[in-house]
Amino acid sequence: MTKPSSVDFADIQGLVRFGYGALTEASFHLLRIRDAAAARSWLASAPVSDAVALSQAPDTALQVAFTADGLRALGLAEDILSGFSAEFCSGMAGEENRSLRLGDIGANAPQHWEWGGEGKIPHLVVMIYARETLLDSWSQTVRGPDWNDAFEVLDCLPTSNLFGVEPFGFTDGVSQPTIDWQQKRQVKGDELVYGNLVSLGEFLLGYPNEYGKYTDRPLLPASNSPSVLPVAEDQPGMLDLGRNGTYLVFRQLTQDVRGFWQFVDKQAHSDPQARQELAEAFVGRRQNGQPLVELSSQPIAGIDKEDAARNQFTFDVDAPGLRCPLGSHIRRANPRTTDLPGASNNIFSKLKHTLGFGENSFGQDVIASTRFHRILRRGREYGPGLSVADALHAGLQDEASRGIHFIALGANISRQFEFVQSAWVMSSKFGGLTEESDPLLGNREPIPGCPVTNTFSLAQKNSANRRINTLPQFVTVRGGAYFFMPGIRALRFLARA
Amino acid sequence: MIPQAQLNFVAPIAAGRIEDLRSLLLSMNSAPGVVDPENGLVPFARLEELHFARLVILQDQTLGDIRVYNLPQPEYPIYLAFLCDFDGTLDTFLSKLVGCSSAGLARIFAHCEGFSQGTDLVAWIKRYHRNPATAYVNWLGRTMQQVHEESALQQAIREWLNADSSRANLPPRQLQTELRAFITSEQSAGRLQLTPESATPLLWDIRNIAHLVAIPLLLLLLLPLLIVYAPIFILQLRRRERRDLEIAPRPDQTHANQLAALEDHDVTNQFSAFGSVKPGLFRRWTLIYILWLINYTTRHIFNRGRLARVTTIHFARWTFLDDKKRLFFASNYDGSLDSYMDDFIDKVAFGLNVVFSNGIGYPTSNWLVLDGAKDEQKFKYFIRRHELATEVWYNGHPGLTALNLERNTLIRQGLENPAMSDSQLQQWAQLL
Repeated sequence: MTKPSSVDFADIQGLVRFGYGALTEASFHLLRIRDAAAARSWLASAPVSDAVALSQAPDTALQVAFTADGLRALGLAEDILSGFSAEFCSGMAGEENRSLRLGDIGANAPQHWEWGGEGKIPHLVVMIYARETLLDSWSQTVRGPDWNDAFEVLDCLPTSNLFGVEPFGFTDGVSQPTIDWQQKRQVKGDELVYGNLVSLGEFLLGYPNEYGKYTDRPLLPASNSPSVLPVAEDQPGMLDLGRNGTYLVFRQLTQDVRGFWQFVDKQAHSDPQARQELAEAFVGRRQNGQPLVELSSQPIAGIDKEDAARNQFTFDVDAPGLRCPLGSHIRRANPRTTDLPGASNNIFSKLKHTLGFGENSFGQDVIASTRFHRILRRGREYGPGLSVADALHAGLQDEASRGIHFIALGANISRQFEFVQSAWVMSSKFGGLTEESDPLLGNREPIPGCPVTNTFSLAQKNSANRRINTLPQFVTVRGGAYFFMPGIRALRFLARA
Repeated sequence: MIPQAQLNFVAPIAAGRIEDLRSLLLSMNSAPGVVDPENGLVPFARLEELHFARLVILQDQTLGDIRVYNLPQPEYPIYLAFLCDFDGTLDTFLSKLVGCSSAGLARIFAHCEGFSQGTDLVAWIKRYHRNPATAYVNWLGRTMQQVHEESALQQAIREWLNADSSRANLPPRQLQTELRAFITSEQSAGRLQLTPESATPLLWDIRNIAHLVAIPLLLLLLLPLLIVYAPIFILQLRRRERRDLEIAPRPDQTHANQLAALEDHDVTNQFSAFGSVKPGLFRRWTLIYILWLINYTTRHIFNRGRLARVTTIHFARWTFLDDKKRLFFASNYDGSLDSYMDDFIDKVAFGLNVVFSNGIGYPTSNWLVLDGAKDEQKFKYFIRRHELATEVWYNGHPGLTALNLERNTLIRQGLENPAMSDSQLQQWAQLL
């Protein structure tokens, strides 16, 4: 492996490094390119924010990402475009088989989407962030003189500041992978301990990933004339259009907050504490973000002291799911498994577990190793907040739509977002379970041979599982697309393409 | 115990008949990748002992790869493969198969070389049946009857628990007692059936024990030879590993899309792949030896829900073709292809490497077990590129993963076992 070079933060869009939490206002413009030359001209002068750390958070930020259609519309040659991953080129709603895997069927099906389905695929998303009250003026600045010539606005998605709480009322974005910016991580063989420090190449193209390999991305032959593009680290004769860029998965998810709390309330026979406990069991965390399982006494790599109270744990201490149900949202989305569950650090134990002889009860070592399936979440809430009390109040109704603009970054959409979504979150067979999907995100659609996917089981000490039946669908997909968020130099290259 | 057996029929297709055959096979599907179980050609649903079946045309798009060894592209026949995994013996199965689909089978086989109307179907099929080099069965002895009965049992228990939520709070021992009473009454009412395990055929038992003992004995006899040969083997291997070329370009998008369209209609998927063995005696004999060893482990060790760490494979087989110059692999697995490949890479890369590193173009492996599949992206490209678009695939128990089947079996075993300890009872109660 080539010696890693240090990271040039000035070449990375800031969202990879920052969540822009201080910039509480944001709007996401879904655009189609009307005039490629005007779009390139806009892009050439767009004040896109980079990832250089400032002594104080900026007042505003701007991020830009393109779909495959968008790169094509911008004039990128087809042979270069085909260097991007197959799932990016095909798009989130591009194939029936992908929709099946992602759970985008029934009410979630792309034909019902407000955007992202056939004929409504954006070319790019322009993400505008600002401190309170500054969004309008910053949006004006961002638009500039070329905007109207360049783009047709497909949709403009507003966001709202719910102070770090998602619409159901739970603290959001609690667990995030820590990016190995210093590239200190050396993976040799199986990792026997769960870690939260993840290779840079999992979140940025052009760097070694968790396998120590460079994820495929478009490389261009270096010509004699100098180019704005960086050189590919693994192939010095080539220019790297992907380097310092990453994929951005965007899904607009509406949340039926009333439906959620009213269902939980009914199950709890309106007992406030039982209601709270059931909702928390669905999530796997308390409303304030505290995990339901005990914290581990051992520190976890990539989880600092500040974060320890909410993330220094694995599910090893709760294998039967007595405290945190096996099918709860956080166990599905981040099962915190190692490469070789149960093995200790000696050759006999490793060999025993590698050959599958270490497991003596059902459901052991059936969930894939987590480190290959991490996502960096950068979502934002939208719609007005709704308190639990108001959600439970049957008389109060509003027509407002509320939910999350789910945004996930990663260098390999199929191995990261799609895997987490299909094998873990939406799967009614996750971890040896059956008839249940994610209590929050599940679409409750029947699958062939298995009509029921709408249950949830809670393990109980000294008796059978308590089962919750007929969970309704709480979250519905309203739009979505796969974007590529280029590095700053790649943006300049695209502006000249 | 009724052991599982397989049909592994591979016959050359007559010249010029491939496309006709393909359309005929595709007419058995109700949608791409979804077979009509009652289709007019082979109504699979009528064969209650059948776990999985597939019909696939073995047309290798990668034959030209051998040119990297400066060898001409060989001419091989294009085959029709008809694979079935079932309970009982091949003879019994074939007579039932032919009994319910003779006209359909004759229409299909009419596209093969040397078949004429009036050919005796059973004899014809047996003529082209060949034993796979290695076969894997997830759970030896679990019959389709058992699968259905245990699934119905699990459903009945769920309904019983749902009917009165206080039942879930019973102490496990009392729960077991009450459930046994309920299940017994359901059985006498004819609503549930739990057929006791049948006796294992004596001949099968004798053969199995003979195989169990004979192979280690043979290995013991060969041991001095193997020890002497080992250093030479390593030299030969390393020289080739340094020299062999990888052929793992990104798969053609049309091919990839065609494959993807067939997948994920059920929780279980099919996988068929085909490729050529690297030329020369070394790779040939290495592969023969390794598949022979693996077959021993799948037959006697990995037959209770796990192939090493992998719990998602129902049935799999490796079959040599054309004088062992080519290898055909077929499996039935749970989850998406991507998660299947991730299992390969993250859990059993060593097992994949020892076999497939003897195939042309496989990502470079070292010391036979290292690297190879660990080159994630190249491995995934290699897999997709060698994969065949299976024309027809049937699953006798859609919606049930291998783990579901194991869970249901454990539920039944626990129900029928009066002598469980408290901790065993507790684990059992949580499976319900």
